[in-house]
Formats: sequence, structure tokens, C-alpha cells
Amino acid sequence: MQAAMISRAKELLQGGQVQRVLGWKAGEFAYDVTPAVFQSAEEVEAGFLYNDFCGANLSKYLIQESRKPGKVLVFLKPCDTYSFNQLVKEHRILRENIYAIGVPCEGKTDGERLKAAGLRGILALKAEGDRFLVETLYGPQELAKAQALPERCQNCKSKKHVAYDELMGEEGQVLESGRFDMVEKLEAMTPDERFRFWQGELSRCIRCNACRNVCPACSCEKCIFDNDASGVAQKAAANSFEESMFHIIRAFHVAGRCTDCGECSRVCPQQIPLHLLNRKFIKDIDTFYGDYQAGEDTESRAPLTNYTEGDVEPSIVYQRGGN
Amino acid sequence: MNTETLIPKLGVVTDIRIDTPDVKTFRVVGLDGKKVFTHIPGQCAMLSVPGVGEAMFSITSSPTNEQFMEFSIKKCGCLTNWLHAMDVGQQITIRGPYGNGFPVEGALKGKDLLFIAGGIGLAPLRSVINYVRDKRQNYGSVQIVYGSRSKEDLVDYQEILDEWMADEGIQVNLTIDRAQEGWDGHVGFVPNYVKELQPDIHKTVLLCGPPIMIKFTLEGLKELGFSETQVYTTMELRMKCGVGKCGRCNIGSKYVCKDGPVFRFDQLDELPNEY
Amino acid sequence: MQKLALANLGRFFEAVAARQALYLPVEDAGGQASFQRWAPGAKLSGALNTTRSAKDFFFPQTEDLVNFKVRGKEIEIIDPRTEQEPFVVFGVRGCDARSFSILDKVFLADPVDTYYQSRREHGTIVSLACTRPEETCFCTSFGIDPTCPQGDVTAWMEGDALYFAANTPKGEALLAQTAELLEACGDEAVRAQQERVSAILEKLPLAGFSTQSFGGQVLIQVFESEKWAGLSQSCLGCGTCTFVCPTCQCYDIKDMDTGHGVQRFRCWDSCMYSDFTRMAHGNPRLTQKERFRQRFMHKLVYFPANNNGEYGCVGCGRCLAKCPISMNIVKVARALEGDCK
Repeated sequence: MQAAMISRAKELLQGGQVQRVLGWKAGEFAYDVTPAVFQSAEEVEAGFLYNDFCGANLSKYLIQESRKPGKVLVFLKPCDTYSFNQLVKEHRILRENIYAIGVPCEGKTDGERLKAAGLRGILALKAEGDRFLVETLYGPQELAKAQALPERCQNCKSKKHVAYDELMGEEGQVLESGRFDMVEKLEAMTPDERFRFWQGELSRCIRCNACRNVCPACSCEKCIFDNDASGVAQKAAANSFEESMFHIIRAFHVAGRCTDCGECSRVCPQQIPLHLLNRKFIKDIDTFYGDYQAGEDTESRAPLTNYTEGDVEPSIVYQRGGN
Repeated sequence: MNTETLIPKLGVVTDIRIDTPDVKTFRVVGLDGKKVFTHIPGQCAMLSVPGVGEAMFSITSSPTNEQFMEFSIKKCGCLTNWLHAMDVGQQITIRGPYGNGFPVEGALKGKDLLFIAGGIGLAPLRSVINYVRDKRQNYGSVQIVYGSRSKEDLVDYQEILDEWMADEGIQVNLTIDRAQEGWDGHVGFVPNYVKELQPDIHKTVLLCGPPIMIKFTLEGLKELGFSETQVYTTMELRMKCGVGKCGRCNIGSKYVCKDGPVFRFDQLDELPNEY
Repeated sequence: MQKLALANLGRFFEAVAARQALYLPVEDAGGQASFQRWAPGAKLSGALNTTRSAKDFFFPQTEDLVNFKVRGKEIEIIDPRTEQEPFVVFGVRGCDARSFSILDKVFLADPVDTYYQSRREHGTIVSLACTRPEETCFCTSFGIDPTCPQGDVTAWMEGDALYFAANTPKGEALLAQTAELLEACGDEAVRAQQERVSAILEKLPLAGFSTQSFGGQVLIQVFESEKWAGLSQSCLGCGTCTFVCPTCQCYDIKDMDTGHGVQRFRCWDSCMYSDFTRMAHGNPRLTQKERFRQRFMHKLVYFPANNNGEYGCVGCGRCLAKCPISMNIVKVARALEGDCK
């Protein structure tokens, strides 16, 4: 796929249909891929990469890139296309300045996942079928790709592209996944158990803001947490209440707009399963307002910004509040 | 010696003078009625109101004033809005002094001095001007070129009229950006006025004002034949600690709070243009 | 040199913890290692390093500097500090052990930061030699020997024993506390381990990485490099690199109104953040390019310019592993090397 993408990107650049290419660039190691803008066919030839480690969702970069002169080519994986649509819907990216090519995805992993699977001292890595053959400082290793997949890919919600100008490879399907299983487990807990679970997770937060900054739904020009006048612009949690407040406010703010791309959990240096907060909202919205997938299209009214007579009454909050 | 640099002392505001529509000058003493600390002209202090914020301000009074310190503060943000709204008798916190200050007992001694200020840029220079006036025998001629948007925006206007202009051997040249009723002085921007005045190029210059005014004034001075080694300025960047540790006020490898705020332009030339 | 049978490791920790607070790397709920206070049953993590560095012990993410009580126009200033308890940090790796001397250059320089100083004085560092370095490791580029890390006590885990060498009076005092568990021994096992690990170090992919061409002498050239725009283009502007870095020490000071008074605390800050240099009248670092550049200029150019050529990096590799977009000091230094002329 990489060769075909490179050749198509060069063709579009050379033909003048696009002026820049937003893609992924190779790094020092087998796995440390960086999102990058390529300005010329030579740059694409030299550094463009598409492999099992291109997990970064490029949609959010389009907020900036689509405002620059000329047209930008972007490669989007199926789940990236949901973020793309959502950003179009929110008028955050200028669709007319983008040429989007959908590319297939069989799940993306990263260095952290390889380490979690037990690999140490990775010197070289080769993908062969559904396995990684890895050369390490401590001898050769083999790893099933499935074993290195992050949760978001194990529970992939869709291999279908919902937005593109052109598609490379075969189109996939919206999938049935077990992505709400963990949410159900949390719901089944007592409030105390649930509180302890989240306290255990969120107390590790270092407030690096990576989750917020990578999130395609977090596109405010000035975040309330960066606004001195807001009264909550603390860079660190001054107490345990604030620690949770940051994540809870963020989850509320992206409710109904979060496409469940999973970038928040991917980038968290402390491995906090932040996506679970968002999934709880998604699950509740599905339950109360009917199934809804943010980013599935660019036209429909989102349940939380729409009113219908069938809408659930606010009293549901008290009914479900428990003790 | 108190080494607790991050724990402030208490001060009380004993007088508030309205200078311009957006500048007030605050007189501060310790709770014992004495000065909280001594300083060198050009040095700064961290003032704060707990719960509102803390920020760095240049000390506008001269160290030769042994009764109190003064701060001329423009209303432009969270803390300064609060300061402008407070009354005499309010306690604030104060720590310092910070920075190097102007070399009043070093390189400036014996020199003919040319002060050039724009707007609130007079605040740090006022400390030097009054220091020089009080130790007149140590310095050569003194010329002050000061401009602001309007007559009402001239900081310390009353002191300039009553004291500086009354001093023998001090030449004061005032200018405002646009002509207005009741102003028969010079009209025009500071950089142009300096060129018109054709100051002696052997003078040592102390320059402070908005970045754009500094840029054009420096260019004008160079055209007149001044070299960068003759021109001092004082910088302002965001600061939190005041002691070169919090890491934000650097220009290249220099920290404005510790290595500055006073720099000669030839020193700034060796640093990245990021200020 | 003295040794402890690993079978007695639990007793050793217990003995140390009985006299002072003991912190050691344990596995956290996220499956990563983090320093936590020892409690009965605590299990030493087998991970090469902790996600957060050991700088927390001397420069915690947040700490109260001063408290105020405000009554009308009056203010009362309260120093919130209580007596610092002595503590031991066990299992600090060579990179982090070196980072303390870099932090010292900032916090112990005149005027001394007494909050930091007090923690330094009360802390005893037991460093642990590395045996399985990772591909992201490059501490040797800064002259660090991970097979013999600095610290009050250096420890080596080899076979069924933990070997100790005290390097300072503080370290000697610590070993004296647990004398009944230790026995004198030769250094053969340690030397064999060092040789074995040194051979691995030579094979590290970053073994040849060097920052030697950087420093104060190339300040303007590097600052003005045209490569910063490309290097920083996908930077998210988050603080991950800064916060996991053992040598990043920039901080912010903030006030928090608790309702019972005002807590003035300092907290880690990041030059990558948009508000880091923002003032009421403008910002000298307007885009992510300038903020990104500041971080690497500080480590590779400004810090050595002010500290006799010492770089603000210890090669721990945390930023390589943790940056969400995989941009890091190695990539930056390699890209800019050509501008150091």
C-alpha cells in the first residue's frame, strides 16, 4: 500500500492538483513515526511511510493545513474519516482545500504497545503476515500483531471510510465490536468501586494536556483550562478534585462530538484509559436518543444539539444517579 | 540575609497618584513605615495581591528616596486592573529587588546622558533620572526626550514640569503623537523627534518604550552616528520567579530577570531576536 | 563492597523504611513503573525505568510556596513548610542520578531555592546499575556510565544478590542501618556484570549519538536554522516531553483560593505551552515553532552556554518513548547538526 500511496501522492503533486501532502514520516526506530507535511515529490519519496505504526489521526492537523494557500492531500484511515467529517460539520476545516484519500487499516500499533507486549531493546522490525519479526538487543523475537494491537483497534468500530475524494484499496464495513464491554463493567460497579477505579487511574495524570491537544474534538482556539480568567486554568492539579475535574469537563465538552478515535488513550504517557469516559457518554447517548455515531456524516443534527419530542427527560439524571 | 526568594514581604500602599487615564503611581512602604529594601535604578520588584496574581514591575522611584518606593503601573491585565481599583491602605506583597539595573555607579558615571522614553517606558528611566538629579556632580549633561500618545498620556507630567524642567542643566524635550488643544509643544513620534534634535553623538543613551518605538529610535540613533555600545535599554518579558530559575524570561541564554533587564544593544545583538 | 542476598530484599526494605520514608519503583495500575512509598509487600518493579523521572523527589509537580490569609486590606503571610522528613529513593538509574546534578545547577545556584535544597539534604539516593538497556537509551552520549551510576549508594543486582557500594557519608550511614543483613564481599560479580552490560551499550542504536557540536558557540546559527519549522510542524504543544524529562525544571507560580485563604503554589510548567511567555501586551513566542525551538535550544545551547558546556539532557530516552508524535531531542539534534558551523 505504501508504494501505491507514494506514487499517487507524487502524481498529484506533480500534476499540481495538490501543493502539499499530509502523511507520516519514518523515524529513528521501526516504530517512531511522525505526522509530517511533505512539500514536494522528492520529500515524499525520501520520507513518506505507511505501515503498522501510522496510528496518528491526521484530521486535526487539517484545521491549520486547510487554511494555508493551495490544496493539501491527506491520507485518512477509516476511523480518521469520522474525525474528518466531524470537523467539517463543525466548520473547523475547509473542505474545499483538501483532497482526501481513504486508505485501508488493519489496526495500528506503536512502541508503547510493543514494550507492553514484552519486547525490549528493539533494533529492527519486519512485518510478515500477521506477525512481527523483531530483532532485539537480547535476541530475535516474534510477536503476533494482534497481541500488539491497542484496545481501540482490538475493538475497531469501523473499517469503512465515511469521507474521501478517492479510495485506495478495498472498502470495509462498519463492525460490531465489544467497545462498550468495559463501560458495562464500570456501570455494574458500586459508586464506591467506580470512584476508586477512576481515582486509581486519574491520580496518575501529569496534566501534560496530550489528550486534549491531540483530540480532534478539542479544537477551541483557547481552551478554558488555558484561560487565566476562567478560574480553572491550573497547570497542575492543586488537589484531587481538580485532577478529576479536568478530564470530566473535557469528556462533557466533547460529548456527542467524540467519534471514539481513541487518540486520547494512545497518547497518554501514563496509560490512563481516557476513552472510557467518552465511551460512557456515547453509550448513554445511544441509549437515550437512539444510535448515533459522531462523524458518520456531515449533515445530521447531533442528539445533544437537537430537540425532539421523544428526547429523554432531564429527570433521568436523578433516576440514574444512584446514591 | 533573607534567602527565601519566593516568600514575599508585606507592603502597604500609602499613596496612589493618577498619572494618566491608564497609569497610576503607587507609593509603597513596609508595615514599619520604612522602605522594604534598597535597589539600584532599573531594578524591578515582584508585586502581588494574593489570589489575584504576582507580576514584575520596575521600581520607578530613585534609591536616593529613602522614605518609600514608587511603581508606575499601566492598567493592562488581571493584576494591574485590581491594583488600579484598590484604595490607599491596602496591603500588598513585595519581593526583590531583581535584575542588574543601570550601571549608574559604573559605565554611566561622568557621561553625558540622553534619556529617550515613550509612554509608560518612562517608568524605569524615572528612577535613573532622579538618581542622576540627586547626584548631579557625578554626571555630565542630561537631556530627556519623552513622548506619548497625548498630553494626558505623559506619565509624571507634573514632576517633569515642576522639577525636571526647573532643574538647571537638564534639557527636557516633550512630544505627543498628534496635535491637541492646549499643547504648544512638539508634535510627532519620538524616533523622528530624536533625529530632529540632532543630539551630540558622544552621549550615552538610555532608551525605553514600546518595542516599535525602540526599533525606530535605535535605527535613527545609528543614522545619527551613535553606536550600539552607547545605547542601553531595559527589557520586559513574562516572569514568575525573578531569580533565573522558572525558565520563561530568557532571551537566548540570558534571563531578563537576572542578567537583565538592562542590556546594551551590542549585548542584545549577540542574542536571538526573540523579545 | 557489601552484598545482600536477594531473598532478604524485603527485610532490607523493611529495615530502611523503619527509619525513614523509602520510595522505590513499583508497577502502577497502568502497568508501568512509578516511584511509590514502600509499604509491606511492595514489589520492586523489573522495568528498566519509571515513566516519571525521579526529579519529583526534589522538584515535585506541585508544592505550596507560601500561604496567605486576607482580611479586608490586611494580609498575613504563612510559610507552609513543616520539617522535611528524611527519605531514601531506591532504584534510581544512572540517567536520573545525573539529572540531580543538572537540577542542582539551577536550584542551588545563588539565590538558593530552599525548598529544593531542603529535599536534597534530606534525601539519600540509592542508584541501581542498568543491566538491560533499551534502544531509546543514550546516556553514554553524556558521559554517564549506567553500569556504575552516581548516588549516595550504588547498587548492582546480579544473580541472587544485591551489591552495594557507598559513595558518600550519607550512603555509608544508610548501609550501616542495615548492617546485619549485609556481608562484605569482593567486586568480581559486579565487574563481570559491568563488562557484560558495557558490551550491550556498544550495540545500542544511539551509541554513536553525540550533541558535541552544540553549545553556546553556535547559538545564533542554530536558533536561525530553517529546519525548526519542519521539525515542529506536527508538535501538539502538549507538555509530555517536558513532564517526563528528568532535567526540565521550568515552573509556574499560581494562586489558589481555597476559601480559607490563598495557597500560592508552584507547579511544573512547559515551554511548549502557548501561555508560557504570554504577557498582557503580547507574546514573544507566538507559534509552536518558537516554543518547540526554545525547549531544544535550552537543552543543547543555552544550558551548556551557562554551565561550562554541560547539556541539559541525560539521555534517559523518555521523550523518545513518550512523545505522542515521536519527535524528540535525538531527531532534532541530528537534523540540526549541519547548522552548527
